[in-house]
This record gives sequence, C-alpha cells and structure tokens, in this order.
Amino acid sequence: MLVLGIETSCDETAAGVVRDGSEILSNVVMAQPIHARYGGVVPELASRCHIRLVLPAIDEALREAGTTLDRIDGVAVTERPGLVGALLVGVSVAKALGYARGIPFVGVDHLLAHVVANFLIDPPAEVPFVCLLVSGGHTELFLVSSRVDMRSLGGTLDDAAGEAFDKVAKMLGLGYPGGPELEKLAREGNPAGVDFPPPLPRGLDFSFSGIKTSVRYYIERLGRKPTLEERRDIAASFQRVVVESLADKLLRAADETRSTAIALAGGVAANTALRETVRKRAERYGLRVSIPPTILCTDNAAIVAAAGTERLARGERDGLEMDARARSERAKGQTRGRS
Amino acid sequence: MENRWCAETSSPEETEQLGAALALNLQGGDVVGLSGDLGSGKTCLARGICRGLGVEDRVTSPSFLTVNEYRGRLRVFHIDLYRVGRVTDLRTDGYDEMIFGSGVALIEWSEKIAGVLPEDRLDISIEITGRQSRRLIFRPGGARGKDLLSRFTEGWANQ
Repeated sequence: MLVLGIETSCDETAAGVVRDGSEILSNVVMAQPIHARYGGVVPELASRCHIRLVLPAIDEALREAGTTLDRIDGVAVTERPGLVGALLVGVSVAKALGYARGIPFVGVDHLLAHVVANFLIDPPAEVPFVCLLVSGGHTELFLVSSRVDMRSLGGTLDDAAGEAFDKVAKMLGLGYPGGPELEKLAREGNPAGVDFPPPLPRGLDFSFSGIKTSVRYYIERLGRKPTLEERRDIAASFQRVVVESLADKLLRAADETRSTAIALAGGVAANTALRETVRKRAERYGLRVSIPPTILCTDNAAIVAAAGTERLARGERDGLEMDARARSERAKGQTRGRS
Repeated sequence: MENRWCAETSSPEETEQLGAALALNLQGGDVVGLSGDLGSGKTCLARGICRGLGVEDRVTSPSFLTVNEYRGRLRVFHIDLYRVGRVTDLRTDGYDEMIFGSGVALIEWSEKIAGVLPEDRLDISIEITGRQSRRLIFRPGGARGKDLLSRFTEGWANQ
C-alpha cells in the first residue's frame, strides 16, 4: 500500500511517500527560512509559504518515490495540532485529492506520528516499548503496545523540554530557533560548570520551569553579561540537568512497566547529548533502544504517512468535513490512560 | 491617574490563588492578556485562573504553536505567543474562534498582538520583585475590562 503523507502544521512544508507503513520511498522537507527574520513564526506568512510550496513538495515526493498520483492508495495529512491557517493548507490539499481523484484520506495527530517514526527505522521498534516524546511543545512518556495503541504514563507539569531549551537559548542571546544553537554552545562547555538544581517532580512526570528560572537567576547574579566561556558552561550545565532528567524518567518508566525496550521521538530527540545518554543507559541496563535518525525526529511527512497507513489499510477514511485543529486531543488534560 | 490595580504575591502558590480568585468573576467571551519576562509566572497565573474556573485537568505551558483547551465552568483557551513572530490578522491566523468566541481566552505574551486584540479585555503584567515574589499589575480595557476588574477587586477587598 502506497501512502502519501502531507505535513504543514508549522513552518516546514513536507510531503513523503511510504510503502506499507514501513518503507520510506521519499521524504521531502521544505523549510521556510523567512521566519528567522521576525524572531519567531509568523502565522500568516507560514500559511502563504505552505500554499506556494505544498504542490511542489508533493510533486517532488512522488518523483523521488518513482511513482504518480494514480498509484497512491491513500493520503495521510496532519490535522492537529498546529497553526490552524497552516494546517488548513495541507488538509485542503488532501481533501482536494480525495474529491478530484477519489483517493481516500485520513487526518493524523502530529504527536502520534512522531512516535510512529520508531517503526520506520531498520530494524523497526518491536512493541511493546516505552517512548519518550520530547519536542518544543511536548514532553510525555508513552507505553506503546501497537501502532495505534499508546497510553500516556506521565508528562510535563509545566514547560516542555524543547521550550526550556528555546527560552534558555534566548537568555544566552542565541537566535531563533534556539535549541540546536544551545546544543552547539554546550559542546564546548563544562557540564559540571554550574550546579543547577535538578527538577524533582514525582513519579513519571517532568518539570522544566524551575531550571529555566534557575538559569535566569544565575545570569542575573553575575550582574553583567556572561563571557563566552561562562555561556558555554551555562549551556552545558543546563543541558546536562535536562537530559539527565529525561533519561532518568524514561528508564524509570521502563522499569515500572517492566518493558525491555525504550525509544525516543520528537524534535528534541535530535539532541546528541540526549541520544548518547539514552543509548548508554539502555546498554547499562540491557534494554533494547530505538532512536530514529534526526530527519525522522524533526517535522517531516514520512511519519505522517506511516501513522495514517493502519487506518487507511482498514478501509477507514475521513470526509470533506474534516477540519484543522489547533489543539491536540492529548492536550485536553493530557488524556491520561487513553490512546 | 491611569486606571490600574496592583497586587504583590510572595510565592507561586499565592500567584495561583490570585488567579483563582479572578476566575470567579470571568464570563464567556472574556479575554485576559498575560505579559512578563521568562519565568515571571504567566503560566502559574493561568493555572490559577483555570483552577478557579473548575478545570480539573493538568494545566501546562501551551508554548509554541499549540493551544490548550480546557473545560471548566466555561471553556478556556490557553494560548502562548512566545514563538510567534508577528500576528497580522486574528481571523486568517486561526485565532478568532478562541478570542472572539464564547470561551475565556488566556493569552501569554499578549503584548505581541495588542493591536489586534479586542479593546474589552483585562491585561495583567507580572514583574519579578524577588526569587519568589511578584508584582501583578492589572490594566482594564473597555467597559467589560473595567467591570471585570472592579468586581474582582471588590471581592478581593472583602476577603
């Protein structure tokens, strides 16, 4: 089964073709560098860029996959969460393809798509496993028992990890988007240089608001602009505390659910320190570990195609009344214990 | 004199309580703008407002591009514009249902879109005065903003 995935939830226009939910034939991501000029995403500009880029992205994805629209069995599109105007572009294209060409389409939750990245790697993750989804908007642990069945085990009480990265990056004078910049700065720093207090939420929950505030006070106490060396140490020390906290909880979740496999997903899973720490811990405790390559961690459409494949294969489809939604179903009270 | 009201809190818990007290006076369609530096406690205040509206779900930072929706006595849309560079038109940008609808809109970093927000609203800015202490400055806009603030401050004074 060939599925075309479309992703336009934020500031990247993406299309990709996936066979049988497991083999990536193409994965095209077109960036919109214009937002950096404004220090953040400009929703209206994002929508306009998506309109311009979405059809070329789809054409390119079909060409790279060596296929044509006639051979596509279904379309999967991100319908939530994200900027409504941006999401609408992808959703409208999916509907148009459905209406004009009779191709069935389904809407996909972007967050679940990130987790599904672990089925697109070689070898694919074997269920059940515990997955840490960590991105700019989310930090959540799932027990994944099948492609469509995942249960939340815990999540952040306040800020997402990626959000803390971005905000601390801003305090250190780094540009947007700050996460990758902060990682670069941290590489040269001493991770034990500053003793930031580790977050201490109970159970399988996370908290990153406190560490963000600690960094702020630390910089203020200096009473001057931190030197480059100090900034490196702050970045490295901050990153260490966040990464340790993420890895600790992931391992703890595996222990509590008696899982023998762990996995990472989401944009922050592209962070090298996190990847290395999780890999080392998994080795130490004899757990299988699945970490998708960076391209599958950041926003892309192959994961969207893969996430929609199961429903399409069962003959399910959405109708023309499908709407883009800003909110994730999960965000409503974190929907604990529900998939 | 500018029409405004200030409150000092000495802990995140107190900031949350203040939000809960404010929530008792909210009605459908109200817009509350929250501004203040990183780590000043905007989400903490929003959490208090949600609690006061009877929201039982966990209230986390909606940051980046997602909006968190909660249901309490009223629907609540918790929006964070931190990563948004510029908003030109609330309708085409998809925020109209949340800001001009029948729910309560709590908007962090609202100063970024002050020019396109409805005049009837309550802006609250938070200043960091110490490690745990904060000063909250309430600025009402329009008739509804003034009414909301006066009901809240009366209730607060009678506590």
